[in-house]
Amino acid sequence: MGDRAWQSELGGLADPTQYTAPLAVAASDGTRLLGQLRSMLVIRHTEDQIGRLVVDGLARTPCHLGIGQEAVAVGVAARLRPTDRVFGNHRSHSHFLALGGSPSSLIAEVLGKAVGTSRGMGGSMHLFGRDFGFHGSVPIVGATIPIAVGAGLAAKLDGGDSIAVAFFGDGATEEGVFHESMNLAVVYGLPVLFVCENNLFSSHLDIEYRQPSDRIGRYAEAHRVRSLTVDGNDLLAVEAAAEELVGAARSGAGPALLEAVAYRFRGHVGPNEDIDVGVHRRMEDVQAWKRRCPIRRLQDGLVAAGIATATGLAALDREVAAEVAEAVVLARRAGYPEPSALLDLVYARPR
Amino acid sequence: MTTPTQPAGQEIGYGDAIREGFMHLLSRHREVFTIGQGLWSPWYVGNSMTDLDKLFGKDRVIDTPVSELACTGAAVGAALCGYRPIVIHPRMDFMVLAADQIINQAAKWHHMLGGQATAPVTIRAIINRGGEQGAQHSQALHSWFAHVPGLRVVMPASVADARDLLVASVLCDDPVMYIDDRWLYERRAVLPAVVERPLAAEGPRVVRAGRDLTLVGAGYAAWLCEQAATFLAAADIDAEVIDVRVLNPFDPREIIASVARTGRLCVVDGGWRNAGWAAEVIASVTEALDPRALKAAPRRITLPDAPAPTSKPLEAAYYPDARRVADAARAILPERRTSP
Repeated sequence: MGDRAWQSELGGLADPTQYTAPLAVAASDGTRLLGQLRSMLVIRHTEDQIGRLVVDGLARTPCHLGIGQEAVAVGVAARLRPTDRVFGNHRSHSHFLALGGSPSSLIAEVLGKAVGTSRGMGGSMHLFGRDFGFHGSVPIVGATIPIAVGAGLAAKLDGGDSIAVAFFGDGATEEGVFHESMNLAVVYGLPVLFVCENNLFSSHLDIEYRQPSDRIGRYAEAHRVRSLTVDGNDLLAVEAAAEELVGAARSGAGPALLEAVAYRFRGHVGPNEDIDVGVHRRMEDVQAWKRRCPIRRLQDGLVAAGIATATGLAALDREVAAEVAEAVVLARRAGYPEPSALLDLVYARPR
Repeated sequence: MTTPTQPAGQEIGYGDAIREGFMHLLSRHREVFTIGQGLWSPWYVGNSMTDLDKLFGKDRVIDTPVSELACTGAAVGAALCGYRPIVIHPRMDFMVLAADQIINQAAKWHHMLGGQATAPVTIRAIINRGGEQGAQHSQALHSWFAHVPGLRVVMPASVADARDLLVASVLCDDPVMYIDDRWLYERRAVLPAVVERPLAAEGPRVVRAGRDLTLVGAGYAAWLCEQAATFLAAADIDAEVIDVRVLNPFDPREIIASVARTGRLCVVDGGWRNAGWAAEVIASVTEALDPRALKAAPRRITLPDAPAPTSKPLEAAYYPDARRVADAARAILPERRTSP
């Protein structure tokens, strides 16, 4: 592994000492931002609680937490409609919640309960919420990317202005199907938004050891797909990019790639920080990235702009924490699926 | 210019019958479309889809880049969103590249999402072998796919099934793998009008009644069994032939009942022997019957456990024909019947 052709093209976006300032929110709609902050807090607290359920041995299903990446889900969801078709991956609690899924149905699913969002048949990695546009998540890396292309084909055949969205990580761009899918979408001119949450790591390995560059957007250029690369910990930047790319897809301009650079505060799976798993993932890196926390930067911006007070934000945080704690209580009390579900759900009921 | 449908009452071939199925589906069901490599070309799918793009438009008969996995995934995605796509794999060997979407995705979503989503995609896999095509242009991988819960697998052997099982597969709310075999395209028959029937009601069927032994096959192997039965009849041996038709979910009751009558079972399979479809048939029958009901040990005739060769004499040795099936069947009959 001596002479690697490595080149960081992300520059400051991949440097956690940069992009740490409070967000400049003065020109934005304060009420709307507070709603988005609330959504990010719901994700943060729900995933924190799920991590505790894993520690306590109550949840065994593999739980991939996206703590630290909340702004990507909330910023993209802000530009989507319930009629859009969104597909996730192994790390999709945030997408499910940002689109409108309830913490109680998610936590119940993680616990394998019948009131869970997938009726207790999916666990953390198989989430579903068609009513709010979340059409499914799976852990096979890259698998929902062509499925989203098919949903985009369906949207085009339907003739409306719905779009399809695939959320995936930087590791998925090393799967051939990502490239096949981008090509298919652009050749057919399909309304698909590819959202790459580039958190610079596959399960354990730094992108530096997996690709010659850390910038995923370069693939879009090769496939002649429009793309934007943004700071994924900046809610405003994510939403502005989503607005542009979603708008283009809706208006018939074909597919787009949104690359949001982020970092997960926890390990690949489970609640631990996974220090020294693989090559570079040291406590000092995690601490440095926490200074770019998307929630803290939004909160600081809201206070600096006079939209909220520190006391008000602390109250909001406590309110969300209490709601999520209540959701855990409800989920723990709920029952498991009937044994008949095991065989009854293999095939659809004949019409 | 090809006529839109064949005139009623006229004999048609197996490939024509597949095309009739597409014609019916594309004319009557607007949520049906087809996607795959070679759909605008005469090369890939024999006469089974001729001119469909001209009749129904290139938006519903979609030719594709060389991307089996993404195209299959796109069909699964469209199916999850209310369409009934048929994704065409002109050669089953290449379909292996799409295995994730078939096995991990299409077959699983209904179960793992609590019955809230289903992917009614039909995956048409064509077995295209012989002709010195060799190891990667010859495979019959039905046994692999029949192993997967949630994926229905059908293999039409008759001309009528070539059309009717296609229609039933596409109208079924589950993912279905429909496997046709280019060696069957020479079969001909006169077909009645299309009747839409639920796939869940279809299963193995006796296509020739007989008393002396039960011959079982799926797809081309079922036709071999019928031909072997003709040879056997000439030697005064009365074989019952069962066409399996639906490999997954598998309902062996018809076969069990037949072997209970005949006491002898010979299974022919166009796939390999180890962990193959023939073993499943034999296991399903023998575990259901009192051992005393069997007059002879069951027998299977399969491909040898080797990749397909290209060289002519090796290829001739590789594929069983009706004569070999008939010889194998005689071997499980009493001695007095083995003379010609």
